Amino acid sequence: MNQNKKEPLFRITKRTDIPPHKSWIIRGVAIVIALLVCAIITTLLTKANPIEVYSSIITGAFGTTRKTWITLQNLSILLLISLALTPAFRMRFWNIGGEGQILMGGLATAACMKFLPGVVPNGLLILIMLLAGIIAGGIWGLIPGVLKAKWNTNETLSTLMMNYIATQIVAAFILYWSGKQSSGKIGVINPDDNLGWLPKIGGIAQLLPVIIAIIITIVSYIYYNYTKQGYEIAVVGESDRTAKYVGMNVKKVIIRTMFISGALCGLVGFLLVGGVNHTVTTTIAGGQGFTAVMVSWLAKFNPFAMIFSSFLIIFMGQGAGEIATAMGLDSSISDILTGIILFFVIACEFFISYKVTFKNNKKEEA
Amino acid sequence: MIDLVSFIPSAIQQGIPLLYGSTGEILTEKSGNLNLGIPGVMYVGAISGVIGSFLYENSVPRGEALNPLLAVLIPILCSLIGSLIMGLIFCLLTVTLRANQNVTGLAMTTFGIGFGNFFGSSLNKLVGNDIAAIEMSRTSSYFSAKLPFGDSLGWFGKIFLSYGFLAYAGVIIAIAIAIVIKKTRVGLHLRAVGESPQTADAAGISVTKFKYVSTCLGCMIAGLGGLYYVMDYMNGVWSNDAFGDRGWLAIALVIFTIWKTDIGILASFLFGGLYILHTQLPSGIEHKELVELYKMIPYVVTLVVLIITSMRNKKENQPPESLGLPYFREER
Amino acid sequence: MSNNIPAVELVNITKTFGRVHANTNVSMKIHKGEIVALLGENGSGKTTLMNMLSGIYYPDSGAIFIDGKEASIRSPKDAFSYKIGMVHQHFKLVDVLTATENIILGLEGKLNLKESEAKITEICEKYGFDVDPKKKIYDMTVSEKQTVEIVKVLYRGADILILDEPTAVLTPQETEKLFNVMRKMKEDNKALIIITHKLHEVEAISDRVAILRKGEYIADLVTKDTNAQEMTDMMVGHAVKLNIERVKPLSEPKTKLVVKNLTVVDSDGIKKVDDVNFEVKTGEILGIAGISGCGQKELLESIAGLQDTQSGSSVIYINDDGTEDELIGLNPYEISRKGVSLSFVPEDRLGMGLVANMDISDNMMLRSFRQGSTPFTDRKSPYKLAKKVVSVLDVATPSIETPVRKLSGGNVQKVLVGREISNAPTVLMTAYAVRGLDINSSYAIYDLINEQKKKNVAVIFVGEDLDVLLELCDRILVLCDGKVSGVVEDPTPEDKNTVGLLMTKVGGNNSESK
Repeated sequence: MNQNKKEPLFRITKRTDIPPHKSWIIRGVAIVIALLVCAIITTLLTKANPIEVYSSIITGAFGTTRKTWITLQNLSILLLISLALTPAFRMRFWNIGGEGQILMGGLATAACMKFLPGVVPNGLLILIMLLAGIIAGGIWGLIPGVLKAKWNTNETLSTLMMNYIATQIVAAFILYWSGKQSSGKIGVINPDDNLGWLPKIGGIAQLLPVIIAIIITIVSYIYYNYTKQGYEIAVVGESDRTAKYVGMNVKKVIIRTMFISGALCGLVGFLLVGGVNHTVTTTIAGGQGFTAVMVSWLAKFNPFAMIFSSFLIIFMGQGAGEIATAMGLDSSISDILTGIILFFVIACEFFISYKVTFKNNKKEEA
Repeated sequence: MIDLVSFIPSAIQQGIPLLYGSTGEILTEKSGNLNLGIPGVMYVGAISGVIGSFLYENSVPRGEALNPLLAVLIPILCSLIGSLIMGLIFCLLTVTLRANQNVTGLAMTTFGIGFGNFFGSSLNKLVGNDIAAIEMSRTSSYFSAKLPFGDSLGWFGKIFLSYGFLAYAGVIIAIAIAIVIKKTRVGLHLRAVGESPQTADAAGISVTKFKYVSTCLGCMIAGLGGLYYVMDYMNGVWSNDAFGDRGWLAIALVIFTIWKTDIGILASFLFGGLYILHTQLPSGIEHKELVELYKMIPYVVTLVVLIITSMRNKKENQPPESLGLPYFREER
Repeated sequence: MSNNIPAVELVNITKTFGRVHANTNVSMKIHKGEIVALLGENGSGKTTLMNMLSGIYYPDSGAIFIDGKEASIRSPKDAFSYKIGMVHQHFKLVDVLTATENIILGLEGKLNLKESEAKITEICEKYGFDVDPKKKIYDMTVSEKQTVEIVKVLYRGADILILDEPTAVLTPQETEKLFNVMRKMKEDNKALIIITHKLHEVEAISDRVAILRKGEYIADLVTKDTNAQEMTDMMVGHAVKLNIERVKPLSEPKTKLVVKNLTVVDSDGIKKVDDVNFEVKTGEILGIAGISGCGQKELLESIAGLQDTQSGSSVIYINDDGTEDELIGLNPYEISRKGVSLSFVPEDRLGMGLVANMDISDNMMLRSFRQGSTPFTDRKSPYKLAKKVVSVLDVATPSIETPVRKLSGGNVQKVLVGREISNAPTVLMTAYAVRGLDINSSYAIYDLINEQKKKNVAVIFVGEDLDVLLELCDRILVLCDGKVSGVVEDPTPEDKNTVGLLMTKVGGNNSESK
């Protein structure tokens, strides 16, 4: 009665060990394949020579000093958002509420910019704007943290809802402030006296976010690897039971970490409103709160690796935008290409975590 | 006062894309897959239908009549294929390759919205036409055709009979899915897969098959919501980002309806109503910002529902137990 | 017994996992209309053997005959086709579904809940089950869930039923109910196998008892012709001399920890620890013996501040100056802040005691990371400690930076024990400290524990190997169903049967002790 069951052709086993360089090679190969696929698609759509396409991507991102600075600024902002979400992710808390946290930070910053000039000197104003942005973003992150700690409310869904609540709050304030003009926009705040505008360091407006991004990257790295709180985050993320075993207050860690995550998003809101746009709109975050989730994940939540993953995304986006404009096509092609790269990199993680072995048809005797 | 006879039909028209989206997502989530790519899928469903209709309209010279059947079937088929491919990408990555569902879903949303906007605004350019705008008015007329006797029945006709066929199809699909989930063996097995894949696996149910089929079907249904929006509600006119955050609103609806597609029918009309409630405000009001706060209601209500269900911790009202988690049988 | 062809016959079944022999050449027969008890200690291979009948595992060698015909059982589905059904210890049920929906899960055909419910009611009436087909699993007690599992098996038409320690989760009343049902199934000419290690249950329910020890088949006996003494002898075997040293502490023992009226009730309302009282002295090793799941885990976790206890429970720590501290109500951090140096080596090493994905050095930090007044952690001391533990305890690891999940079981345990004894504990608790370890690692752990005892540490050693307990410990407290069933002072290997009997007798307080 020996039933000859079909043996699967291949067997998937979890890798116990993979040297770091090998896993980066796999990721690198995936990115190269993805770029090739992107090139083919772009060529098909634009009928341009793929080499030209890539050279125009490079000129799109770094063609002029100004373009380079814009690229660096965008890179810094995306990197900062990714860094902001990372504390939550390292705790296995899926904070996809970056958009909302940025918006609330930006809104608080804008409110200070609008109403405080004349009341306080400019230096103090900027400090208050910074604090207001951080606190507003922090509170927006704190709420889902408390919900998770108290009632185990699904954080992916709660942070998602918080995004849209924030969007509408911002929209309402914009209308309220724009008053009877009913343009639905508030325009640049303090255009004449530039009060509350963040300083141009060395005459370059884009330098400040770059510097802050560098600082936060280093501080993040130190925080995760050398501080007690960073250690607590790691333990809580790995195992609830171990955290309790050594007497950690898991709820406190969740709430505190979500405040930090939201506060850093609020900082980005502050930079976007005070330094980049000098106004607040509902689209200041521009979907980067979501993109940053992927950037952080691609980097395996490592702050330094995030420089590369955010660079990849920004570079492709900026460059593809350039091609599209040149060809008179819509710039959203960059989203398509970003999506394709992400698909490949997501897929390649499987081959880092698992080993696929093909096996011969061994018959087991009954 | 609000004129209900004209308000209800507009609320329903707003609600139909949400209904499709949430029905598809509920079906998907019942298998334990949290597909945050639904907003992208709905864009892809919409644009694929538009591309089909575009190619068909272009193949029939102006002046000649379209074949009504083809005018309807081609866009629907294209839409289904487009969303199916999105579903397959999601399943390939999360089920077969065990990738993180949140990241995959968000990548799909980025991709899908980009895909929709790119082709929506470049379609004419790509085939060498000069006109920039996409206007599929000829095929669209078949989608938005209303029931013949709708006008003659007064308020009843306006509220119940004044929609294109996809609106009715959406309601029927939602009811059908509710019945399948509640009353059939397939539905029972699907629920078991989403709640406890280990148990389902031990009972001999193919977890992988159920996840693939329900996620792909879910995507196809959601895609039709996009198709309805552009072909019926917008009369075949594509404009970038017009679909807006409706995809996320559909995900909110899933929570709001506590994972029940039949509740989703009325709830989506309610959300549709809330979405356009601001249009009913007196035109000369002082505070326009109220408009935006009205639009916030669906999300606030959803968040409150989410919090209450987690506070009450009643088992039936929770998300499927394994939602968002990959499943694979451990090697022995 | 009436029939000559056995319902199930196992012939020379062998199963190994890596280098562990779970079953070696096991042969046994089960007839229709008979209840066979499969008796053995933890790790004696009872469950593995039965898993081969239910299609979870496939034997390395040997043959299975069902109704006299050779059978190849490769999956639970195959097992059902041979009418074999097994009720596992861990229930496989979907919480939000009803009893009926769970019972019919995975079956084919059109869904007709009414018909299924009728069939379930019929089965229930036939055997005297008490189950509401419409009730959701999450509303059920453990006993009801178990009933659903048994009905599930019967619904699929099983004639051969295997119950894996079904009484472990039941109250005495529920156990009696289960036994009544089993007797009815026996009358219905079904073959039943019950895995257990409680002798009184063997006596109460079985016709025959088959005994396994360390994966080997020892004997099978007709229950009414044997007695508890004989079964215990066969189950635990003869005393084995291990030559574990019993060291003398440096100074006179003093009472260190007093446990009073400790009671723990789990979320299902079952008393896991029932009014336990004992003392531990400095410089002694208090052994805790008992069948696993009799409250050992909850007892240790209560002392360590990880378990909610019933009011009235008390754990008093006596400081060197004679002052007393109540530990109940404090969490582990609060306990350590009181100056109580309490170390705990939990049963679940990688899930609780250590962080699997962190390296040895980071795991050393778990207890000490709060030290220092700056927000920064001191990375150097844990690294030094890690190096010391690795070299002193001879931990085989590629480097200090290796995640502990990659180490072998023995080395993982050395890292954990090394950390726990590094902060000079006054009380050391270990749960199954040598489980899964090879001989050399085990002896290394015994030496470490003895070393602590010598330093006047009060040690609580929860173990499963009686030979080890008898040689290592100064006193053995035996737990049975959460209660203290007896205490053996200054044990010798000759006390093995006494302890074995205490482990299996409920309320063994009055039973024979020396």
